[in-house]
Amino acid sequence: MNKRSNLTKTMNPFEYFLINFAVPILITIIVIIAIPLSGLSWEFLIRELVIRLSRDSFLILALLIPIIAGMGMNFAIPLGAMAGQIGIIFITDWGIVGMPGLFLAVLISTPIAILLGYFAGIVLNRAKGREMVTGFMLAFFMNGIYQLVVLYGMGSVIPMKNSSILLSRGYGIRNAINLLGIRQVLDNLIAIDIGGILVPIATLLTIALVCLFIIFFRKTKLGQDIRSVGQDNEIARSLGINVEITRILSVSISTILACYGQIIFLQNIGSLATYNCHDFVGVFAVAALLVGGASVRKATISNVFIGVILFHTMFVVSPRAGKELLGQAQLGEYFRVFISYGVIAFSLALYAWRKRVEKENERKKTMAAKRSIVVNND
Amino acid sequence: MKGKLKNAIESVGLPRIIIFLFLVLLFILTPFVGVRFDTSLNDVIIRFGMNGILVLSLFPMVKSGCGLNFGLQLGIIAGLLGSVISIEMELIGLTGFFVALGIAILFAVIFGFLYGLLLNKVKGEEMVVATYVGFSSVSVMCIMWLILPFKNPNIIWPYGGTGLRTTISNQGYWFHVLTDFFRINIGNYISFPTGTILFFAFLTFLVWAFFRTKIGASITAVGSNIDYAKSCGINTDRMRTISVMLSTIIAAIGIIVFEEGFGFIQLYLSPLYMPFPAIAALLIGGASVGKASIKNVIIGTFLFQGILTMTPSVLNSIIQSEMSEVIRIIVSNGMIVYALTRIERIRLR
Repeated sequence: MNKRSNLTKTMNPFEYFLINFAVPILITIIVIIAIPLSGLSWEFLIRELVIRLSRDSFLILALLIPIIAGMGMNFAIPLGAMAGQIGIIFITDWGIVGMPGLFLAVLISTPIAILLGYFAGIVLNRAKGREMVTGFMLAFFMNGIYQLVVLYGMGSVIPMKNSSILLSRGYGIRNAINLLGIRQVLDNLIAIDIGGILVPIATLLTIALVCLFIIFFRKTKLGQDIRSVGQDNEIARSLGINVEITRILSVSISTILACYGQIIFLQNIGSLATYNCHDFVGVFAVAALLVGGASVRKATISNVFIGVILFHTMFVVSPRAGKELLGQAQLGEYFRVFISYGVIAFSLALYAWRKRVEKENERKKTMAAKRSIVVNND
Repeated sequence: MKGKLKNAIESVGLPRIIIFLFLVLLFILTPFVGVRFDTSLNDVIIRFGMNGILVLSLFPMVKSGCGLNFGLQLGIIAGLLGSVISIEMELIGLTGFFVALGIAILFAVIFGFLYGLLLNKVKGEEMVVATYVGFSSVSVMCIMWLILPFKNPNIIWPYGGTGLRTTISNQGYWFHVLTDFFRINIGNYISFPTGTILFFAFLTFLVWAFFRTKIGASITAVGSNIDYAKSCGINTDRMRTISVMLSTIIAAIGIIVFEEGFGFIQLYLSPLYMPFPAIAALLIGGASVGKASIKNVIIGTFLFQGILTMTPSVLNSIIQSEMSEVIRIIVSNGMIVYALTRIERIRLR
């Protein structure tokens, strides 16, 4: 995989570096300009970053395995997030608090996540070559099913004990649920005060564990299979790998990780926006990973952490910078939404453009080879 | 016999049949739940006129092989710019409407050209790139709506605020100028929007005629087999750019006609998800990622708007709930997922 593409072979290393890391470089520049403008103290920034690092990294790690499998960015991770939210709704209904509650939520949501991941895998297998846009639409579609279940099914078909989380009409979950019972239970399990900043060791350990899992997983037989499927479907098939099953498995793992990621995210936030907190899970995770220097074809664990730090620093500072610079905080809000979408658009376009140029070069090469054979025969 | 039926179902597509039967069922149910049949039909026709052009705008890009236009927002933004500038100039009636169209088309030509150049660079991945180009252009415009120097007090935030309002009323400017054009009222319940329907028919005819010209035929050739088109000496990139520009221009017109019927211009984040209902309508009409016809546009818009109009009125009177919104999400997005997962059969010709 270290072989440089035909497109970049002709460029000098500096240009190569600039194009490959255009997104991280650009965001770094924005962040460097925006931090002094925002007037936020370093202490505040670092505290925010520690919180966001522990809150968001897990969800972004969920994107890695489908990329290795050559399926691109998994825009269907909101499916996992929805599974996690259903687990959280149930434990809140039953009133189970603390770490037992968190574990129970994980237990309930895992089978749902497996089911959804399997379904997503089947759908994406039928849409080879356009997995990303299909995954994106699948998340929208599943959002409809989720609303049907949570807004109409819960309390009417699915029994609910706790009427305080139900809408006043007697069925359907409220728009916002307070998660006091599990609020920051994982974060506060082992929390160490370092220089006035509370570091949630347990959460960070969980994230480290997932990183180890991904590193270890790559070395297993299945991990190797996934990698060869990612390089070339046909070659993998000729090696005796069941390409379809491998792809389904990689999406399922991603969905399960996203489910756990969302549970960790929610226990940190401490409240659940029932109907829209999964909307932006996919977009923000993908944008952060791309900001970290990943591409649609290649992403590493270090991309995840660089991405979280850069992307979320921008998230914290841009509304304040917008307010200081132009007198409108709203401007900064829109700006960060623009950066999230723009980064994804730019990276996807760059990836597609390269893919096409490579294909073209390949074709020219074979044409030239054919022509030379003809010439030799003459 | 059984095989024939199966073939017929396969060629029309199962989801489409289910949606059609569902709509028929809704119409049959109307008298029993106390909803007037004629009013419902009239509502469907009005909404058909309002949304038809947006669905039509997807057609040229499918024809040229660029896939479903998930970047429809670019055209919508051009339309919004046109309508806001027309109101800023205090133009009233048909003048205002046509000036809005003119300005919108101007912007759409520029946006469409750049968008077309980009899509030529990313052949094979148009749809996912287009999705995010659309999203990012909407968020850029959010910033623009805030800082562009509009002055008309009817469209900027009151009390010394800066920037445009999120919802601007076009009443008093060019609200219903098309709808009320030769409006035919039959009894108390039916009021046929002649102007809107005529305008839609006129644009549809123009598009149909365009695809009968030499350029139109070349675009179709690029869409059905790009290598063959190239070997015929057609400038494929140019044809694709033309189709993208055409799509963007029609979308810009489409949103102005929509606003004209709706009465409000919605800015900021509201265009964000607008491509999806339009795409779903086209697909329900029988189009696929690589194939579409004018017939698909008309049937699809009618079926989709039919369901959107009928489900709330019928369903709410049966089960007393607003489940129709959820049904809309499931139907429209489910339809798009279904179309994306269908393996395109290679057309033997």
